[in-house]
Amino acid sequence: MTDSAAEPSAVNALPPLRFRDPQIEMAHGAGGKASRRLVEGLFAPLLFPSSSEPLADAALLDFNGTRIAITTDSFVVKPLHFPGGSIGELAVNGTVNDLAVSGARAEAMVVTFVLEAGLPTPVLEGEVRAMGNAARRAGVRIAGGDTKVVEHGKADFMYITTTGIGRPLPGLTVDARSVRAGDKILLSGPIGDHGITILLARGDLDLEADLRSDTRSVLPLVEVMAKAAGPGIRWMRDPTRGGVATSLNELARDCRLGISITEEAIPIHDAVRGACELLGLDPLHIANEGQFLAVVAPEYADAARNALNLCTGGEDAKIIGEVRDGSAGVVVVTTSYGGSRIVDMLVGDPLPRIC
Amino acid sequence: MKFVDEYRDPEAITKASEEIKRLADPNRHYRIMEVCGGHTHAIYRFGLKDLLPENIELIHGPGCPVCVLPMGRIDDGLAIAQNPDVIFAAFGDMMRVPGTQGSPLEHKARGMDVRIVYSPSDALKLAQTNPDKHVMFFAIGFETTAPSTALTLVRAKNQAVHNFSVFCNHVTVIPAIRAIVDSPDMRLDGFIGPGHVSTVIGCSPYEWIAADAHKPVAVSGFEPLDILQSMVMVLRQLRAQEARIENQYTRVVTWEGNRAALRVMEETFELRPTFEWRGLGFIPESALRIRDSYAEWDAEQRFEVPGVRVTDPKAAQCGEVLKGVLKPHQCKLFAKECTPEHPIGALMVSSEGSCAAYFNYEHRKTATLTSIASMA
Repeated sequence: MTDSAAEPSAVNALPPLRFRDPQIEMAHGAGGKASRRLVEGLFAPLLFPSSSEPLADAALLDFNGTRIAITTDSFVVKPLHFPGGSIGELAVNGTVNDLAVSGARAEAMVVTFVLEAGLPTPVLEGEVRAMGNAARRAGVRIAGGDTKVVEHGKADFMYITTTGIGRPLPGLTVDARSVRAGDKILLSGPIGDHGITILLARGDLDLEADLRSDTRSVLPLVEVMAKAAGPGIRWMRDPTRGGVATSLNELARDCRLGISITEEAIPIHDAVRGACELLGLDPLHIANEGQFLAVVAPEYADAARNALNLCTGGEDAKIIGEVRDGSAGVVVVTTSYGGSRIVDMLVGDPLPRIC
Repeated sequence: MKFVDEYRDPEAITKASEEIKRLADPNRHYRIMEVCGGHTHAIYRFGLKDLLPENIELIHGPGCPVCVLPMGRIDDGLAIAQNPDVIFAAFGDMMRVPGTQGSPLEHKARGMDVRIVYSPSDALKLAQTNPDKHVMFFAIGFETTAPSTALTLVRAKNQAVHNFSVFCNHVTVIPAIRAIVDSPDMRLDGFIGPGHVSTVIGCSPYEWIAADAHKPVAVSGFEPLDILQSMVMVLRQLRAQEARIENQYTRVVTWEGNRAALRVMEETFELRPTFEWRGLGFIPESALRIRDSYAEWDAEQRFEVPGVRVTDPKAAQCGEVLKGVLKPHQCKLFAKECTPEHPIGALMVSSEGSCAAYFNYEHRKTATLTSIASMA
């Protein structure tokens, strides 16, 4: 197929790719180290080689002075329904949140459905209704879409991809490179609810807990915080796959500073903590779908937290740590009795430890 | 959270840590081994080293079942599962452990039917719901997990489940401790004894360590306060020049162990004449095989097993790290060729392995602190 006499194309002339993994594994989609290697080592050099910006949840584009944020996300959750939400709701909220933590209000969205032959219509209808409701709640217009059907057994019932555009919120700049030592790390609420809910909803574990996914639009909270502390907000991220640990490690790498967080300050429900203890998982690696992290200048930190605490759904927001000089690129967790440990990005999928 | 919070109470932990500092003779260097991988993980996860005086050195023992499993055993298990009618079932712990042709997860990505189960009885259930397939449970672990495998074998026999087998890699903790104690370069002062294993075997099997090797042992729980209290017990004995077996983990461990669990193990397992441990080599009577009366459920008797032997790369110094001669970061491959994502040596494969625990929780911390200190 290859013609050795042909002129090398522009792509072939690029230096060899850094991505050397022989095949795609589940870990490449888990949001941790392997995902980052795939994006930085293969997608970025081939698709946007000229960009020097840190990877973010959404891209900010400038059309002759009109700024637009754009993002896309696919949803492949199994089971489709889980306590607190479903794939349709997640598909809307996920994209709204990626825009929100990029400092933008979602305006419009297009949707792609990949459906499996044999999918019962009531199931599809239920998810489409859930999407409609979530879009109305988030104030985003669904402007179009596409549908593909694949053979039975090829798509876990349905996959949904949403692509959203948003308008930047005035007076808000989100950029890891603006983060300074002394800045505070703010977390919007309890961690791990979504990931543990899904793990339990799969039914492989004989564990039950009174837990619900935290899926929601975080835009209202981001807007409240922006109003109270806009000029002090430097960076935001929604800690989805890979959890808080992965997001903070990305931040530490992108801002070339150290991050120090206090274990006791991290809000977490007892049921999540208990499940993690039983299964040998670190809650800092568990996915969230309705929380965000923010880095706020110290003089604005209390105002940002207080504003969140006064909102419905922001009552548990806490300052969990700060950015430090030195130990560049490293996230350290300290305990109230004086111990400390590093938390790394998630490696692979979180797998329960038994023995 | 009950049974957790009281063992993480900052005040009690600070007290225990001060007691340790009081008991430790500043003119002496202490080398204490925690045998169990669960303790290694807890020590790093809770940052307990920060609470100990510098002259107490913790040596991480061989008690991580995933780490000590030779690569050839994984190859053997995966070779059986190449048969498209076989489902390979194992704990999550096993999924990223590399064989020569990749880990179970990588085999799954290439199409092998690999399932994560949370207990051996889940694997038996899987066999009952997939009557057209054969489910092979790849069993690992010390006496902690062996009783549940044993019970599942009994159940498979009683319920006449014929499409189920166990590839048995269960090992026993005492011979491994003996190998370390007998090793000529062993220089240990005492042991933090394994907690979960001891819920099954009790405390009496450790008595020879005190009687013959004159080393104190404290069988310990896994919370920060448990480990520090056990350290206090060991230091008190050393100070009084005593060597006894003490039980810190009395809330679950009894002196004589769990008789029912030991009985069901006796019914289904017998000792192998010898078994290879990664990093330690062959140790006589250190592992369990399935008795002939359960041959139908023994994957090794039922299937053609290639009997692969893979030697660890020479450059990997796992044996020295296991015996406490080297610290994880002193191995030539540490954090270079050998990382948790691409483990080469045994101790990097499981998060309970000392190298992985050190890599995940510690090494960049010390690296940075050292570089800061050298700048000052």
